[in-house]
Amino acid sequence: MKKYVFKRILTAVITLLIITFLLFTLVRIMPGNPFPSERMTDEAIAAKREEMGLNDNIFVQFWNYMKNVMKGDFGKGTSLYNGAPIKTVLGKSLANSFKIGGIAILLGTFVGLVLGVVAALNRDKFMDVFCSVVSILGVCVPAYVFLIFLQYNFAYKTTLLPYFFDSRRFFESTIIPSVSMSLFTMSTIARFTRNEMVEIMDSDYVLLAESKGMYGSKLITRHVLRNALIPVVTVLAPLVVDLLTGALVVEKIYGIQGIGKLMVDAISGEGIDYNYVLALGILYSALYIGIMLIVDLVYGLLDPRIRISSKGGDK
Amino acid sequence: MTNYTEKDFVLLGERDIQTDTNFASQPYWRGVFKRFFAKKRSVVGLIIVLVIIVLAFFGPLLSQNGYRDITSVKDPETGKEIVARGLDPQIPWLDKLLGKEADDGLFADKTFLFGTDDLGRDLWTRTWYGARVSLLIAFVTIFIDVIIGMTYGLVSGYFGGAVDSVMQRFVEIANSVPRLVIVSVLAIFMPKGIGLVIVALLITEWIGMSKIARAEMLKIKEMEYVLAGRTLGASNFSIIFKDVLPNTVGPIITQVMFSIPTAIFTEAFLSFVGVGIMLPECSVGSLIEDGFNNITTLPYQIVPPIIVLALLMLGFNFIGDGLREALAPKLDDM
Repeated sequence: MKKYVFKRILTAVITLLIITFLLFTLVRIMPGNPFPSERMTDEAIAAKREEMGLNDNIFVQFWNYMKNVMKGDFGKGTSLYNGAPIKTVLGKSLANSFKIGGIAILLGTFVGLVLGVVAALNRDKFMDVFCSVVSILGVCVPAYVFLIFLQYNFAYKTTLLPYFFDSRRFFESTIIPSVSMSLFTMSTIARFTRNEMVEIMDSDYVLLAESKGMYGSKLITRHVLRNALIPVVTVLAPLVVDLLTGALVVEKIYGIQGIGKLMVDAISGEGIDYNYVLALGILYSALYIGIMLIVDLVYGLLDPRIRISSKGGDK
Repeated sequence: MTNYTEKDFVLLGERDIQTDTNFASQPYWRGVFKRFFAKKRSVVGLIIVLVIIVLAFFGPLLSQNGYRDITSVKDPETGKEIVARGLDPQIPWLDKLLGKEADDGLFADKTFLFGTDDLGRDLWTRTWYGARVSLLIAFVTIFIDVIIGMTYGLVSGYFGGAVDSVMQRFVEIANSVPRLVIVSVLAIFMPKGIGLVIVALLITEWIGMSKIARAEMLKIKEMEYVLAGRTLGASNFSIIFKDVLPNTVGPIITQVMFSIPTAIFTEAFLSFVGVGIMLPECSVGSLIEDGFNNITTLPYQIVPPIIVLALLMLGFNFIGDGLREALAPKLDDM
C-alpha cells in the first residue's frame, strides 16, 4: 500500500511539473511584445528585457519562475487590475470560489445520495420517476442556465435573494449559485447511487442475507449501502472537476469574485493577461491533478481490489 | 441397405416444429438495430435529434428573414424606418384562422414564430441557424477526433510494450490538463471565434476515443483470427485497420453519441464566456448569451436556444444509452 501511494503521488507531481513547464514555455514563446513599443525606445526595451530575465535560457527562466511560485509569488498581472500582484488577487478569489464550490459539492452529494437511495428503495414508484427526471434535467441543462432561471425568478421577479453576489450578505447570496452548480452533481450522484443500489439489491449475497433472516434497515445499511457507496467516490472526482469549469460562467453571471471570473477576465477581454493565464493554468492543473490523486488514494483505501490490480499496470 | 425414396417419408406438418426465435442466430448488426429500436427511450432520442437536425437545415428556409437581416418597415405617416425590435412571437395566419382580432401594428402581416431580438432579427431563423452551426462544429470535430483517437488507441494497444507505455504516458499528461487551461492558452495564440472552439475540441476529445479503441484492441488482439492473420503474413497495418478496426466500431459509435453533446456543451460554454462564436454569426451558446443580456427586457428571447440545447443533450444521451445497451445486451434483455 505504501508503495502504491508513493508511486501515485510521484506520478502526480511529475505530471504537474511537465504541464507547468509546457504552459510556461507556451506562454513565453507566444508572439508579441509585453512592452509598449511606441512609448519606449529599443534600448529601453532591451534593458527591460535584460532586467526581467527574458533573454535567459528558457530553463533558467522556468527555474526562476518556479522558485517564486513555490513562495506563492506569481508575479504581476500584465493588464488586469493595473498590474497588482497576482498573489493577493488570487488568494481572495480562491477563497470565494472554494466556499461556493464547497457548498455546491456538499449539497449536491448529500441530496443526490438521499435521492438515489430513496429512489432505489421505491423502485418504479413516484420517487424513482422523480429521481430520473432530476437526473435527466441535470444532464441536459447547463448550470448557468439554471442560474439564469433562478436569478430571473427569485432575484428579479421577486426580490427574495440578491441579484448579484454580495459578500456582506454572504448566506443569501450563496444560495442561487451553489444550488445551480450543485444540480449536475446531484443528478449524476442520484442516478449512479440508484443504479448501484438496485444492482446490489438484486445480487446473490443480499438474497443470502435475506434468507438468513435479515431485513429492513439493517440489511440496507449493512450490506447494500456500504457496497453501493464505494463506487460513488469515483464519480465524485470528475464532478468536482466539472464544477471548476461550470463555476466559470456561474461566477461571471453572478458577479462572484472567484478564480473562474478571473479566468474569464484574463482571456475574454481586449488584451489577454498572460501572467494570469499562466498562474491560473498552473492552479487549475494542480487542483485537477490533486483531486484525481485524492480520489484514487481514497478509493484504494476503500476497495482493496484496486490496489492489487494496479500492480498489473492497467486498471 | 434399403434405398429410401421421397415416398417413404410423410410430412407431419409444422405443428411440432418450434423455432427458437430468441436465441436464433442473426446477423450482429440486425440484432443491435432490433434491440436499439425496442427501447422507447432510444427511439425518442433518435426522433428528437432527427427533428432538430432537419429543422436546423430547413428551418431558416421557412422564414423570409435571413439570420442577420434586420426587419424594418417604413412608417407611412412619418416616413421613418421602424425596426421590429423585441417583438413577441406572432403568427398572423394562425391568428386569422382562430378568428383573433388582427393586430393593427406596423408588423401585423409579418410572421415571427419566436419573436424578434433587441436588434430586430428574426429569432426563428437565428435559433435554427445557431443550432446548425453548433451541430456542424460538433460533427466535424468529433469526426476528426474519432480518426485521431482510434488510430492512436489501436496502434498503442496493438504494439503494446514500450510503444504502448510511452504513448499512454503522453495520454496521461494530456488528460491531466483541464480543458479550461487548454482553451485559455489557445486564446493567446489564436483569434477568438469558431476556430478556437474547433481546435480546443480537437485537442481534448480524442483522448476518450483513444482509450476505448485501445481497450477494444487489447481484447481483440488475443483472438484467434488475429493470430491467423499474422500467421498468414498479414502486415501490422492491415491487421490493425482492416481486421480489428471494423470490430471496434460499436463502442466507438457509442462514445461518439456521448461526445457530441459534450462538444455542443463546450461550444455553448465558450461562446457564452465570449471566446467562441462572434457576432453576427450565432450558435446556440451565443444565442443564450444574447438572451441573458436582454433577460430583463425580453425574457422570452432566451427560451428557444435553451430548449434546443436541452433537447439536443437529451436526444444524444438517450441514443448513446440505447446504443450501449443494444451493443452489449444482458441475457435478461433478450
